[in-house]
Amino acid sequence: MSDQIKVAYWPGCVSRGFTPELHGSMAIVAEKLGIELVELDRANCCGAGVIAEHNQELADTLNARTFALAQETGLSMMNICSTCQGAQSECQQRLDADSSYRAHVNEALSGQGLKYEKDVNGFTNKNFLWLLVEDYGLDKLAAQVVRPLSGMRVGPFYGCYIVRPKERLGYGEHPDRDIYLEQVIVALGGEVVEYDGARKCCGFPVITMNRETSLKQAGTHVGDAIDAGADCLVTPCPLCHLNLDMQQPEAAKVVNRDLGLAVLHLPQLVGLALGAEPKELGMSKHIASTGWVEERLAAVPA
Amino acid sequence: MADYKIKVRRFQPESGQGPYWEEFKVELEPSLSVLDSLLQVKDREDGSLSVRCSCRAAICGSCGMKINGQSGLGCKTQIGEAQELAEKMARATASGPRTREAGREIAGDDERAQPGAEEAAPIIIEPMGNMPVIKDLITDMESTHWTKIRRVTPWLLPHGEAPEREYIVEPESMIDITQSMACIQCGACVSSCLSMEADPDFIGPAALAKAYRFVGDPRDAEGVERLHDLAEDPHGIYDCTHCFSCVDACPKDVAPMDQIMRLRRKAGEAGIEDPNSGHSHELAFVKIIEKKGTLDESLLLQESFAPGIKGKLVPSRRAIKEMLGSIPTAIRGIKTGKMRSLPKLIPGIHHKLPGTAQDEVQAIYKHAEEHNEEFNLYIKGDEGELAEIEAEENLETAIAAPAGEEAPS
Ligand code: SF4
Ligand code: SF4
Ligand code: SF4
Ligand code: SF4
Ligand code: FES
Repeated sequence: MSDQIKVAYWPGCVSRGFTPELHGSMAIVAEKLGIELVELDRANCCGAGVIAEHNQELADTLNARTFALAQETGLSMMNICSTCQGAQSECQQRLDADSSYRAHVNEALSGQGLKYEKDVNGFTNKNFLWLLVEDYGLDKLAAQVVRPLSGMRVGPFYGCYIVRPKERLGYGEHPDRDIYLEQVIVALGGEVVEYDGARKCCGFPVITMNRETSLKQAGTHVGDAIDAGADCLVTPCPLCHLNLDMQQPEAAKVVNRDLGLAVLHLPQLVGLALGAEPKELGMSKHIASTGWVEERLAAVPA
Repeated sequence: MADYKIKVRRFQPESGQGPYWEEFKVELEPSLSVLDSLLQVKDREDGSLSVRCSCRAAICGSCGMKINGQSGLGCKTQIGEAQELAEKMARATASGPRTREAGREIAGDDERAQPGAEEAAPIIIEPMGNMPVIKDLITDMESTHWTKIRRVTPWLLPHGEAPEREYIVEPESMIDITQSMACIQCGACVSSCLSMEADPDFIGPAALAKAYRFVGDPRDAEGVERLHDLAEDPHGIYDCTHCFSCVDACPKDVAPMDQIMRLRRKAGEAGIEDPNSGHSHELAFVKIIEKKGTLDESLLLQESFAPGIKGKLVPSRRAIKEMLGSIPTAIRGIKTGKMRSLPKLIPGIHHKLPGTAQDEVQAIYKHAEEHNEEFNLYIKGDEGELAEIEAEENLETAIAAPAGEEAPS
């Protein structure tokens, strides 16, 4: 691995919409880590599985376009959303599996001078979490820590699309992808909180269809983490963040108990340990107060 | 031979006590199964330990259970692998500061900090979830599994008079349902279902996969009726939270979630409007990306509940309720600065992709709409062609069974 990591960066839609603090904190953290981000500003939404539900070929072609735009830069791709990871991996798996299908999809891109090629230059698409552990390295990350998250109790929340289905998400080659968040928390000097919901669903996909089911899931996981003594949760998925943070007061009503647990985006947690201030990481934009996390941090000045 | 420690969640109703954990030491080859370890305990140590099993070869579907929190078959999970997973998870949750140089975990003052070393983490074995427990690992499959299976009318409802001999169908027309025909009714998917945890009324993965087995069957005459029924039930196809748990739990690659997505696609094609606004949500999403390239969240909310001009002139009672319900969230968002910009708040003024990029997205829509072939759905794994051949082989076995038969085995 060369010293400098440079990736074609797909920020996703939500990180520039309802969770702008994610996009902002990613930029700060990338700079601190020395990861160069080449933003794919012409790329389109991954479809979040919803477009695939409507028309699989449409979803495959839309994502082939994103991959092709990334390949044009000669770099591998990075995303910051579990849902992008899952939806894009699904399409990539299908494109890679069948050369005639790939040719058919590429036909739709040819008018735009684009083409998706399998395995060219070892092309991969990784969530920031995977990149951090597999390419950047936990030891190197630990060495960058200037404000260890000592005594901070952090509950990991993965998001379904980054842990399942295992067969699609490279778990054969990287079997520990479902414990990376724990490893990152430890590398940053924090303490892992074990609770029931870490790999469960936040309920977001059914928020418009069955609000009760959806918020009951979010509220239960937040409540379980509080009961296990968590100071905050951390997630690599902005959609999970919407249900766990933005909807937290509504979820509290559904599960009928007080909640109030800070939910951090992965780059925010990393940023705090690297010495960035909560404010520049956009933590004031959260709905659930992050005050407690900040108090904990203040005890260990950067 | 190797030594293992299993930790079993037990429940003996006649004792009048609640559930409790009990650890046992077993000795067996790593390639033997978790079920074998339980049978060893039953044989050598405690005859009262109760577990259902029959075939011991992943065929009968009796031995569903949770192993290290994951739902599956006891007879299909090797004890050696279960041990590795138990240790990995124990290591992950044991925190302690990392030394910067060595990158190794050292023990903190937390007592959980150093498992593994001398004491191997036990393999955790529990009865299936989302079902009442009758005794130890035996669950009541009637109340949550079989009742729901019957709910979807799991038999063929054919056109007209039955033919004198067998029904004749083109083999290709059955490929679409071979996956769902492989179900052995073990309940592992039901046990793993995260929507059902929150909503016990959800019809659930096994029953919906079974429903697709008949909706997709060319001999069945009631496909559209079935779709209406499953889409209009508020706990039906639009109650699935797309979490993939059932996909990973299923020992037979039925991928129940994929079957649910196929049901949604077919219900959408049939123009069925559901009370959960599932179909309008899907259409709204697809249209927004066609117009804007990236997601306009406010517009998605509005169009999901009150689609088009008609939806806004005559909004449904649910639309009004849901839109009002989202106001407190929006106000909180404005206060913290999350949504402090007009494009985020007012549906429809979200930006398009730059330059010609939006035209490129629209060209893709045109191409995909002209060509959409259902068969791409089955491209999977490393060699798409192989998957297809496999599907055909499964199919031959499946067709050999008489109409309406459950499993191809
Ligand atoms: S998952 Fe979300 S953020 Fe990622 S591209 Fe899709 S809609 Fe956008
Ligand atoms: S937890 Fe929720 S938002 Fe997050 S990936 Fe799962 S379904 Fe998505
Ligand atoms: S994908 Fe749907 S049916 Fe399958 S386990 Fe998740 S919620 Fe249940
Ligand atoms: S779909 Fe799979 S997991 Fe579910 S009952 Fe059938 S075989 Fe078991
Ligand atoms: S004993 Fe028959 S499936 Fe396990």
